[in-house]
Amino acid sequence: MSDNIVEVKDLRVHFTLKSSLAQDAAGRRKKTVKAVDGISFEIKQGEILSLVGESGSGKTTTGKAILGLVPFEAEKMLFRGERINLKEKEYKRKFRQSAQMIYQDPYQSLNPRNQVIDIVTEPLVVNKLVESEEERLELGKEALERAGLTPGEDFFFRYPYELSGGQRQRVVIASSMIMGPSFVVADEPVSMLDASIRTGILKLMMDLRRENDLAYLFITHDLSLAWLISDRIAIMYLGKIMEMGDSEIIISSGKHPYTKALTDIMPKPGIKKEGPRKVLQGETPDPTDVIEGCKFCSRCPIKEEICSKEEPPMKEVEPGHFVACHKV
Amino acid sequence: MKLLEVKNLRTYFTISQGTVKAVDDVSFDLDHGEALGIVGESGCGKTTSALSIAKLLPKEGKIVGGEILLEGKDLAKLSDEEIQKHRWNDVSICFQGAMNALNPVMKIGEQIAEAIVLHHKSSEKDAMKKAAELLELVEIPGERINNYPHEFSGGMKQRVMIAMALACDPKIIIGDEPTTALDVMVQAQILNLLERLRTEFDMGFILITHDLSILAETCDKIAVMYAGRIVEKGSSEDIFQRTGHPYTKKLIKCFPDIKGNKRMMEGIPGAPPNMLEIPPGCPFHPRCEYAEEVCRRSMPDAIERDRGHFVACHRWEVMRSER
Ligand SMILES: Nc1ncnc2c1ncn2[C@@H]1O[C@H](COP(=O)(O)OP(=O)(O)OP(=O)(O)O)[C@@H](O)[C@H]1O
Ligand SMILES: Nc1ncnc2c1ncn2[C@@H]1O[C@H](COP(=O)(O)OP(=O)(O)OP(=O)(O)O)[C@@H](O)[C@H]1O
Ligand SMILES: [Mg+2]
Ligand SMILES: [Mg+2]
Repeated sequence: MSDNIVEVKDLRVHFTLKSSLAQDAAGRRKKTVKAVDGISFEIKQGEILSLVGESGSGKTTTGKAILGLVPFEAEKMLFRGERINLKEKEYKRKFRQSAQMIYQDPYQSLNPRNQVIDIVTEPLVVNKLVESEEERLELGKEALERAGLTPGEDFFFRYPYELSGGQRQRVVIASSMIMGPSFVVADEPVSMLDASIRTGILKLMMDLRRENDLAYLFITHDLSLAWLISDRIAIMYLGKIMEMGDSEIIISSGKHPYTKALTDIMPKPGIKKEGPRKVLQGETPDPTDVIEGCKFCSRCPIKEEICSKEEPPMKEVEPGHFVACHKV
Repeated sequence: MKLLEVKNLRTYFTISQGTVKAVDDVSFDLDHGEALGIVGESGCGKTTSALSIAKLLPKEGKIVGGEILLEGKDLAKLSDEEIQKHRWNDVSICFQGAMNALNPVMKIGEQIAEAIVLHHKSSEKDAMKKAAELLELVEIPGERINNYPHEFSGGMKQRVMIAMALACDPKIIIGDEPTTALDVMVQAQILNLLERLRTEFDMGFILITHDLSILAETCDKIAVMYAGRIVEKGSSEDIFQRTGHPYTKKLIKCFPDIKGNKRMMEGIPGAPPNMLEIPPGCPFHPRCEYAEEVCRRSMPDAIERDRGHFVACHRWEVMRSER
């Protein structure tokens, strides 16, 4: 069997927007957002794949689809080589233990009325994995301390509002890790935090990866962060993966014009730039627009006739380096 | 004469638990067409500095000392009436997430025109014309004055806010995290726009952010704040290439160095100080690897290390010899 923990082939998530009365009266069609529109990738055991792209490109939706939190269609959607079948109760229970999500906003993802110990041990309680109160507190303490909140018992009876942003995110991580998952979708886990606190959280995530051979789907719009922590990067635009490959290669010699545009404007700390930043012209199309051809076409500086007619296939330009562009 | 000179500014908040010295003895200046960046961790007093200059402090906040000289005139001493006038005509602030403050049921053009009528006392018709011009100025087609906010993307809404900030021809624009919630491409567009406007109108620009990585390419000068004080200020080269303060050094290492090795950032040990109980001596000493006895006892003065490069650190010579 392969060492892939997650294998996704031709994943699609389409949302149908409920049209307002006014629109119905005007006789307009129902609108569809193709949030994820045919993407394929795999993640190996212990690997970190970063998903980078602008707001609305479908990053969160991709993560949620893998965890079965939104309806999707896919040719293949495998976890440890097995089809993810959440209709089967026993499978679902096991899957929920091994695959977890960390959300962006530590302010929203914690119930303000619950104390830290209850938040952290909730997954154990829900899954009836603790026999006694003592055991619960013991495991809660362990999880908190592994997440860098020591001594754990000092945090047991605090409420989220009594914690700093960094501490809150550690509580979120402690609770995601308490079941010993092997795969975690981390959705912008540090973007709400001060740079000085970020490092601690990232180090924690890396330590947990090393100790438990965890794999991450790391969602971010910060390319330099993706470069720093991940093995591979996938660049998304309007529901499609434009380019995917080794993180060093994507940053230093990305081939897709969208990747190049992103790396061009990446701030390089301490370096003064010459002239204005080279930004892409125009705006991202409305997500409900039907786009023929390449999704990036309307903003592409090197587009040709074919680009607005045919969608470019994903090509493997070098082993492990994939690009979807007619001009590459 | 400098466009803006802030001298020994102190702004305190009085709350039930005590006094928050949010801005404590802060000095900096700004010329026409110049861009100054203010950087530091959450809670260090960046926004409070900006609100003091724009005289927009909430009632519990008071300027308790110092001067804010705008073209030589001390704003700290103006009457409320005079402030009202100055607020809109001389200093404009554009806040993070400001775009969410747009009224969803009012056309974009009307909202800009409202700002114009309020501060220029021009007729409504003239104001609408000016609104369209302002939209063009921020690179949005003028005919879109009749659109509603939901028809605009986040970046376009933030540009509308900049257009409104420009409505009264300010001499200084302050951007308080103006691009923080936005995508990198949109951020780059907005920063380009602000740069263009600054040069075109010879305005002063103050960029407040905790993202050190965008400052070097955006600002001529940078001030690093810690616990209500400026611990280091200088040109962008001073700050990045000739770093003088241990806090700045740590802050820089919080960002990945894409040109360097793939090494995990270092972070800063400990936590930012409780602003109600700022430690005695140098406020950074509990987190500082260079701290000595003197640092725990006395607050270091800002020393001009090189021309225009100020560092407030007892151990600045050690720092320099290390380089
Ligand atoms: N439940 C939903 N119903 C309808 N549309 C949705 C739903 N969830 C997401 N979308 C749409 O799908 C697209 C992709 O959204 P998604 O949240 O995956 O983007 P993202 O890349 O995570 O963006 P961000 O960086 O802003 O978090 C967007 O256009 C979004 O508006
Ligand atoms: N209205 C207020 N009443 C009491 N204290 C306040 C008030 N506004 C700000 N403060 C305090 O003053 C200090 C400086 O706050 P300020 O908002 O200027 O920080 P900042 O550097 O802008 O932080 P951030 O990066 O989080 O925006 C903080 O300790 C804050 O808690
Ligand atoms: Mg998202
Ligand atoms: Mg602020």
